[in-house]
Amino acid sequence: MTKHEPFIHIARRDGLAWWRAWLIRLAAAVLALLVSALFIYSLTKLNPVKVYAAMWEGAFGTPRRAWITARDASILLCIGVGLAPAFMMRFWNVGAEGQVLMGGCATAAVLIYCGRSLPTAALLGIGLVVSLAAGALWGVVPALFKAKWNTNETLFTLMMNYIAIQLTCFLVAKWENPKGSNSVGIINQQTQAGWFPAIAGKQYLLNVIIVLAVAVGMYLYLKYTKQGYEISVVGESENTARYAGISVRRVLIRTMAISGAVCGLSGFIAVAGASHTISTSTAGGRGFTAIIVAWMAKFNTFVMILIALLLVFLEKGAIQIASQFHLNDYASNVVEGIILFFLLGSEFFIQYTVRFRSHKNKKEVAPS
Amino acid sequence: MAEDFAVRMVDITKTFGHVTANNKVYLELKKGEILSLLGENGSGKTTLMNMLSGIYFPDSGQIYVDGKEVVIASPHDAYALGIGMVHQHFKLVDVLTAAENIELGLPGGPVVDRKAVAAKVRQICERYGFDVDPDKKVYDMSVSEKQTLEIVKTLYRGANILILDEPTAVLTPQETEKLFAVMRNMRDDGKSIIIITHKLNEVLAISDRVTILRKGEYIGDMETAKADARSLTDMMVGRTVTLNIRRDTPIDPQRRLEIRNLTVKDAEGVTRLDSVSLDVYAGEILGVAGISGCGQKELLEAIAGLQGTVSGSSVKYRPTGPEGPAEELIGQTPRSIAEKGVRLAFVPEDRLGMGLVAGMTLVGNMMLKEYRSGKSPLVERRHPHDMAQKIVRELDVVTPSIDTPVRKLSGGNVQKVLVGREIAMEPTVLMSAYAVRGLDINTSYTIYRLLNEQKRRGVAVIYVGEDLDVLLQLCDRIAVLCGGRLNAIVDGRTATKEEVGYLMTYLKKDREAGA
Repeated sequence: MTKHEPFIHIARRDGLAWWRAWLIRLAAAVLALLVSALFIYSLTKLNPVKVYAAMWEGAFGTPRRAWITARDASILLCIGVGLAPAFMMRFWNVGAEGQVLMGGCATAAVLIYCGRSLPTAALLGIGLVVSLAAGALWGVVPALFKAKWNTNETLFTLMMNYIAIQLTCFLVAKWENPKGSNSVGIINQQTQAGWFPAIAGKQYLLNVIIVLAVAVGMYLYLKYTKQGYEISVVGESENTARYAGISVRRVLIRTMAISGAVCGLSGFIAVAGASHTISTSTAGGRGFTAIIVAWMAKFNTFVMILIALLLVFLEKGAIQIASQFHLNDYASNVVEGIILFFLLGSEFFIQYTVRFRSHKNKKEVAPS
Repeated sequence: MAEDFAVRMVDITKTFGHVTANNKVYLELKKGEILSLLGENGSGKTTLMNMLSGIYFPDSGQIYVDGKEVVIASPHDAYALGIGMVHQHFKLVDVLTAAENIELGLPGGPVVDRKAVAAKVRQICERYGFDVDPDKKVYDMSVSEKQTLEIVKTLYRGANILILDEPTAVLTPQETEKLFAVMRNMRDDGKSIIIITHKLNEVLAISDRVTILRKGEYIGDMETAKADARSLTDMMVGRTVTLNIRRDTPIDPQRRLEIRNLTVKDAEGVTRLDSVSLDVYAGEILGVAGISGCGQKELLEAIAGLQGTVSGSSVKYRPTGPEGPAEELIGQTPRSIAEKGVRLAFVPEDRLGMGLVAGMTLVGNMMLKEYRSGKSPLVERRHPHDMAQKIVRELDVVTPSIDTPVRKLSGGNVQKVLVGREIAMEPTVLMSAYAVRGLDINTSYTIYRLLNEQKRRGVAVIYVGEDLDVLLQLCDRIAVLCGGRLNAIVDGRTATKEEVGYLMTYLKKDREAGA
């Protein structure tokens, strides 16, 4: 029997030096910019360099824009950080969207119902606690079902999103202001009660500080605590965990409480620290985008900072070029897509090496 | 003459890497007979049959079907020649019905004529006495029903030559009887059947002839009528090989574990371990012999707190001898056992899937059992780090560093890391399952040496093994399991290989009566 060597041979790499991995990622980014440039030029005859400059302008051009970019990136980062422990445990939590919304709704409820009677510090304190609890609840329910009946967590967390969205719709209708607007409007617009205070005159500095603290905390938790160790063991092999005397159920439920709580915290920041309103777009798909953030960073919360920034930068830049050059929204989406495609694709080349068939070593291949 | 044979396999050789699974094996199957293929674990029975059913392709040798030389390169080729195999692990789709499973993979249009399939299935069932409901979903079926379905599936596809790979391993005695009845019906209908087994009583009960393999070699064949359990055992286990494993006389052996009426049922309600009672002594190595899947795993896991047991089971741990205080281990979790101060070391069969965390470093794996110690919420890395270095140094573990994931280590080094960690906890009981499986000679002797050191330290060592030569030269006593029951406990110094081999495959009559 003769066996032909396939034209393309894909083999797993046996570990790659970290700097070579980053070199591949950098190459992918450069390639993405080149392909995007080609696309921009061939379709619009615009100067790609100008377009890129405009993107930069859109994200960081003025201090205000830079702060908005930082504000949005920090919320995305916070959700990604929340997903990290669940993913480390190989628990596919795709329910961040719902967990964020529940945290947001809880915060909005505090601001609306207690906004006149309590000072801002108390409102923020209570809002923080209830949003953590609401997010944790939304995370624990699928974990409980998984622990008890081994339900599929991907479907379960996904469906929990829809419950959260419907619940948010209901609350928006209930809290409608003014009546008939089908929106809650800006909560406590006059008093700014329960809004994040500006620090050193920077409106969004507190958001960034909280999220960075959570990111560092999560990094330490996963890497240096006994609970973090248990999460890694359960993620690798439940059998080994049982053998080592780890209660898989307990770790499952505890970790999803933490994961959901951090996502709930993102909802708190989004409402009290950013939009000061609640609607179904408070999460706005970021619960899903954060999955990309968490995975591309391999659950390293520091790398997540970079990726969250990149994604928000792309988004802001895309909006800018759309308005500045009167391009269709879709054109900027295409640029965003090309860049993400290359960056995600580069992970393949980091994990695997591709060899093409060569005539030279054809004879060396042993028949199998 | 040649036409009398349904199958002849001549000089079949098959190697996997440097392991020779079959070496010039010879097998013939007459038309309308039931042939037993007998041999120990790893004797190459399944490999040989996989070549007949087109799953593997032989390195050399010829296969003749109905007197004509054939090339079987795929299961399709095998089916075209009327050869069908029922594997030990069923190849069924759970969410489909019996009829759909039967139809699956057969040529034909996109539309399945369920009625026609069902009718043909019923016809096959009536002819041989099977009991299959074509509309039943596989996930609703018992193990025995699934097996019946597998057999019907091969018959539906026109098989004249059937291969059954250890079909009785998953069946109750009653179900086994039923299976044998349909096998006889099929034989009387002219089908030729090969049954892979290592149970002597079944060989004698069902087959017309028996072919014996040992360590990949063809040993011989004989008419079952002329064979008895003794002669078959001798052919199966072969002569004793001297290994020069050190064995000291136990010093002051004290009873440390009292196992009483230990019974384990699996998720499907099949009894895996049947009221086993035995004592394990400190300062001795107790061997556990048995064909694979006869309750060894359940025995160890029940003691370790990893396996649910039937009420009435008991394992008492006596750290200071038979008169001292006792701790009941049954009903506890691995964690509570450890917290009670019972230093129970366990080297499980599945090293990377249970004993170790494959993706973690050596240091990370050292922490697995002790990370909980201390009040701090943070893990302590200093001690595991030193421990990993010590194990690497003392056991000559070949690894780039102690920060390498254990997944990247070779099998022998993985086992050294695992055994090293378990011994480092200074156990009072050390259980090991197939501790030298897949290891080279040198590493195997390292493991024997470590076990003997523990024995000298006064540890109660349980050694579940498969190589009888090793069991007989390492262990002080050997408990022989057969079909989940404790068949006998023999003295490791005086027992013979034939005796143990016989006890592994032939349940004593007085014990069978209770079944």
